[in-house]
Amino acid sequence: MISLHTPITDKDITALRVGEKVSISGTIYTARDQAHIRLIEEKNPKFLLDGSVIFYVGPTPNRDGIPIGASGPTSSYRMDKLAVPLMERGLKLMIGKGDRSKEFQIEMIKNKAVYLIATGGAGALLSSRIKSSKIIMYDDLKSEAIRELEVEDFPCFVAYDIYGGSIFERENNNG
Amino acid sequence: MRKISLHEVTEKVKESVIKINYNLDQSLVALIQKAIQNEIKDLSKSILSDILENQEIAREGKVPLCQDTGVVVVFLEIGRDVFFDGDIYESINEGVRQGYSEGYLRKSIVNHPFNRVNTLDNTPAIIHTTIVPGNTLKLKITSKGGGSENMSKVTMLTPADGIEGVKKLVLDQILYAGGKPCPPIIVGIGIGGNLEKSALLAKESLMRDLDDESNDAIIAQLERDLYKEINALGVGPMGVGGETTCLAVKINYYPMHIASLPVAINIQCHSARHTEVII
Repeated sequence: MISLHTPITDKDITALRVGEKVSISGTIYTARDQAHIRLIEEKNPKFLLDGSVIFYVGPTPNRDGIPIGASGPTSSYRMDKLAVPLMERGLKLMIGKGDRSKEFQIEMIKNKAVYLIATGGAGALLSSRIKSSKIIMYDDLKSEAIRELEVEDFPCFVAYDIYGGSIFERENNNG
Repeated sequence: MRKISLHEVTEKVKESVIKINYNLDQSLVALIQKAIQNEIKDLSKSILSDILENQEIAREGKVPLCQDTGVVVVFLEIGRDVFFDGDIYESINEGVRQGYSEGYLRKSIVNHPFNRVNTLDNTPAIIHTTIVPGNTLKLKITSKGGGSENMSKVTMLTPADGIEGVKKLVLDQILYAGGKPCPPIIVGIGIGGNLEKSALLAKESLMRDLDDESNDAIIAQLERDLYKEINALGVGPMGVGGETTCLAVKINYYPMHIASLPVAINIQCHSARHTEVII
């Protein structure tokens, strides 16, 4: 298992290989469809894109005394095109679920970024690794707002690495 | 004639949506436990273990199973010997409203295809009504997530396509869906009727018990065959490869036009949240 601390450097990226377990600690940001659409137009986002980690999630509301509700990944393919301008501005890791387009994979490699997956539907388990949460942009988007999360040992797997590998490739994949 | 209290309908819907979003069906948990034994790769085992650990954490009641607490779909069966004074659809929506607020569930419904403004209370629910004999009210309630719904589809095959045509359609769709609908999945299939009827059949098949099978011999055989063939695809848990792609295949059917063979495939993620209430 590889432990990563944010912000993510090019050196971190080159060490990641498909299928490896990764544990992330530090600051990561949430964004889904609508937040991406706005973020790519933003000249001065309220967080540094260079070296950043974006988690595709729209959490459930939190009860008093816990920082965040269920927080599992949403399907990443919907952000394929929207992720490109963000990677060009330094986005290094994306956390989601499911496979993505070939075009995305090519852009990702070009921009020296990596795509990670977390276990889909494990919203309660993943939320236990989130130590604090605060909305920093687009409050009106509710569950789709951009949140700054402090995470500790957040568990993921490398899905696409910069060497062209994919966790979804199978010997008997005739699809 | 028996009077049904609409207040009770609201209460039951509220309790149901909260209960299903925190408590995974134990028969599904048992299937996942069995699936872990059957997996070979550590990665696939590890994902299935996460799903088991996740439902234990959710059961404690502070955090739902999944952040996508879905759109509420209700199959409403109204006994013809009951009456109620008021709007039963509104009483169901009020239950959704209260349940999603009090249960700290995500409000995932937007009001318009393009404006996309959140309705803030997870309403409206999608309600399908039938009138049946008897003096009870039955509600089959599910919270259906968007990720698996997006990997669903309806196709109008021709009668000559037959069983092999249906099989190919289903297998192709599940390969195409890959890891996106959160496998291991439950595959709901509706065959027959027409365009919209097949979709309803597929959705309602997902309300069936995990261990039952169709009472039609040909359909039951197709359920068993597809279960094996889907798992042989090797998509695996979350699409990373493995032995467990589906946990069950359910097929409901209905008569159809001589020219048609409609087939709907409705995919359900492993977080299959549904229950049944009888009033």
